[in-house]
Amino acid sequence: MSHLSAALAHCLPELILAFGILVLVLLGALRGKETGGLVTEIAIGLLGLAIVVIFLGGKGTAIVFNGAFIDDGFGRFMKVLTLAGSLVTLLMSQDFLAREKIDKFEFPILILLSTLGMLMLISAAGLIALYLGLELMSLSLYVIAAFHRDNLRASEAGLKYFVLGALSSGMLLYGASLLYGFAGTVSFAGIAETINGKVSLGAVFGLVFLMAGLAFKMSAVPFHMWTPDVYEGAPTPVTAFFASAVKMAAVAITVRVVFTAFPGIASQWRQIVIFISLLSMVLGAFAAIGQTNIKRLMAYSAIGHIGFALVGLAAGGEAGVSGVLAYMAIYLVMTLGTFAGILSMRINGQGVENISDLSGLAKTDGVMAFFLAMMMFSLAGIPPLAGFFAKWYVFNAAIQAGLYWLSVIGVLSSAVAAFYYLRIVKVMYFDEAAPAFDRSAAAPRAVLAVSGILVLFLFVYPGVFIDATTAAAQSLF
Amino acid sequence: MFGFGILSCIVFLPLVGAGFILALRGDDEATLENARRAALGTTLIVFLLSLYAYAKFDPTSSAFQLVEEKGWFGQGLIYKMGVDGISFPFLLLTTFLMPICILASWKSIQTRVKEYFIAFLVLETLMSGVFCALDLVLFYLFFEGGLIPMFLIIGIWGGKRRVYASFKFFLYTLAGSLLMLLAIMAMYGVAGTTDIVTLLQTHFPSSMQKWLWLAFFASLAVKMPMWPVHTWLPDAHVEAPTAGSVILAGVLLKMGGYGFIRFSLPMFPEASAYFAPLVFALSIIAIIYTSLVALVQEDMKKLIAYSSVAHMGFVTMGLFSMTSQGVQGAVFQMISHGLVSGALFLCVGVVYDRMHTREISAYGGLAARMPLYAVVFMIFTLANVGLPGTSGFIGEFLTLLGAFRINSWVAFLATTGTILSAAYALYLYRRIIFGVLDKPSLASILDLSWREVALFTPLVFLTILYGFYPAPVLDSSAASINALIKGYDTALAVTKTAALAFH
Repeated sequence: MSHLSAALAHCLPELILAFGILVLVLLGALRGKETGGLVTEIAIGLLGLAIVVIFLGGKGTAIVFNGAFIDDGFGRFMKVLTLAGSLVTLLMSQDFLAREKIDKFEFPILILLSTLGMLMLISAAGLIALYLGLELMSLSLYVIAAFHRDNLRASEAGLKYFVLGALSSGMLLYGASLLYGFAGTVSFAGIAETINGKVSLGAVFGLVFLMAGLAFKMSAVPFHMWTPDVYEGAPTPVTAFFASAVKMAAVAITVRVVFTAFPGIASQWRQIVIFISLLSMVLGAFAAIGQTNIKRLMAYSAIGHIGFALVGLAAGGEAGVSGVLAYMAIYLVMTLGTFAGILSMRINGQGVENISDLSGLAKTDGVMAFFLAMMMFSLAGIPPLAGFFAKWYVFNAAIQAGLYWLSVIGVLSSAVAAFYYLRIVKVMYFDEAAPAFDRSAAAPRAVLAVSGILVLFLFVYPGVFIDATTAAAQSLF
Repeated sequence: MFGFGILSCIVFLPLVGAGFILALRGDDEATLENARRAALGTTLIVFLLSLYAYAKFDPTSSAFQLVEEKGWFGQGLIYKMGVDGISFPFLLLTTFLMPICILASWKSIQTRVKEYFIAFLVLETLMSGVFCALDLVLFYLFFEGGLIPMFLIIGIWGGKRRVYASFKFFLYTLAGSLLMLLAIMAMYGVAGTTDIVTLLQTHFPSSMQKWLWLAFFASLAVKMPMWPVHTWLPDAHVEAPTAGSVILAGVLLKMGGYGFIRFSLPMFPEASAYFAPLVFALSIIAIIYTSLVALVQEDMKKLIAYSSVAHMGFVTMGLFSMTSQGVQGAVFQMISHGLVSGALFLCVGVVYDRMHTREISAYGGLAARMPLYAVVFMIFTLANVGLPGTSGFIGEFLTLLGAFRINSWVAFLATTGTILSAAYALYLYRRIIFGVLDKPSLASILDLSWREVALFTPLVFLTILYGFYPAPVLDSSAASINALIKGYDTALAVTKTAALAFH
């Protein structure tokens, strides 16, 4: 019994969310439709509580539940990011859902369920746990992608995501079964031990399929096709959720899988990572240029940024992983800030999504334009904003690892990408004023301002942040 | 001072001024007047502070002085500021030009006035930071960060094709700089630190030097700008507001040259020697070709912009001659060009404010209505030509002397550029100032106002002073430049002996 309670202590954040979900479902079912607001607030509280628990909770590394669940510094870091992404998404979504008249109590519950899946995914120490977490996350995502069910585009987005997601889950499962067949175990540590430097065709096959499934969740090229359509079609808070929390979890498990299950055949997965990283960076840079819809543009931008983060993974080692962590943390702030801006784009009660709708924003709402412009410069990686340091850490790791061509192509594609970020700044600052936006709700405004300040002033006092990423990366090795 | 050194105060004080302007509420004329005064006051204080720093500076030493150091990012990135005889003249140039730019924008900027001055003050912080930074990443931060305010200045307050010009400026510079960033990372990999003082002592392997040199070249050549990556400059200069052009020509271009002296020459001496012929060739092309292009321009600003490219050709030629005359001449030429071309852009701004056109053909015979203006314009035109007695002569002469010692053909070809520069500059002057004032639109044009006289006085004074007495600039940089050349020669001698021993 004490054994079990010790194990349960390691998954306290997950337990909080799981019990919270059950209670909220009951509350919603009994109290009916009017409870949307209350359920959201409780859900936000639960997510906040989970973050606090992680901060107060244990140090060190522990593997529990017969090697299925791992609690370590790396996982805790990524869990905090994921939870923060979910929390901010919920915070921003309330006003939007109410205006679109889809503020049902199921929405926060689905977000919580999906987040629970992500936490389990991040902590997975074996293939079964990985699949469980992944599916719990994905199934909830399929539903919320189509949450605006009377909207044709949203339904299309949900269906598309479901069909392609099922395909990718199938590939992942196939890869997992191959790996199990060759290694005789599902635990990552066991797989690492069995492979131990021996490159067998079956294991490499399994690895490739596994990576394909994970690349889909990360929306890395060539498994990115769903991203633009789903980002555009899904309700904006859901898109923000896709771009923030989901990304964190997907990258976290990818990093964990390659370093804990396949350290012996690094040269094999490195090729795959370099390949998808390169393609993602280049496609993200070029495909976004022609976009007119800002959500679609952000989808391509997300693809590009995953490419940059994977540069750190390709570099490998402690420096590479801490680079990935720093990149994801900074990207989380930037993407949430940008989506807070997009959520504030509303004219006469109607949400608008075209880049041209931002015309002359500097004249009609200078504060929002300023912070949004800072987000764009930061996404482009211009110093002294936070986005520059994100790039510095991953590319520095890559250069030290000798990946010169990857780095050169990477930075050049980031120069290409700068063009479309600049275009948004241009629209806001250089163009004549379009109709002003409605006064936006407090939450998105606050999120935009806070992330703007974080992005602007990271360089003043970066110590704490860098120490955290380094410590988290160390726990993986 | 408040726990910061004097350099940090110089660099970050403009941000305080920007914060003050940001806090101003309202859009009435009184508030705008306050914003202008705040900007002018801040830049004047910063200039005085930099003079105070100069008083504490010892020009006889080649070491970095007024150094401040603090921990910053982990992994060897530090916050380190300091100046030596090479960087100090540029810092002074920056702080000297800023109040002039503010004053030049007093009347001509009427839209989004507060944002304009905030952007300029932020830009001052970033520019002076470039010359003070003693950590490569910190340097890069300031170097690249300057793109943001300049992008906005060109894009918001610029002319007709401002959007095109601002994008071209930003993307050109960014693409080059990112390669430099990778080189910085590679240097960090070798030395384990980005401290410039340590890196100056580090010897990089010869094969690596070439790649690093090329990566730095990609960034610095664009910034400089050298032919054939100069094409952003005419656009940016033409479309930027007057003060923006002054800053572009006066300070931003100098960052390229400063980067060559600070990084390429001392850190990659073997690669610099290896690539010197390439630089000479590009410099000669820049001097002759862009001078010819300048001859046929119809737009005053564009003409001056092309002449800037030609003058920067002298700078790169002098730098890579790696003789003490050449390098000193290059530094002097950059300072002098900062004053002269800045002043020429101000001259264009004066008539542009009155007539709202930069077409040369729209003017003629201005000497009749604007005698004072004609005198000022004459002085700077002749300084641009490099007439003895003006600061332009000293720089061109020294760089040519330096180049002549290395390669007389380079010097010969470059000298034709000075003849061409006389042609285009005097041709411009004749078309605008002389002739008969018969255009009805010019009939009531007014001569320089008191504000404009105040703008030009210090510039005229320094241009002529340095023409007769260049010692202030040359003496303060001499010690550092001699140390630089000594280090360069030693490094080359070492490799030569190593190569001989190997055979």
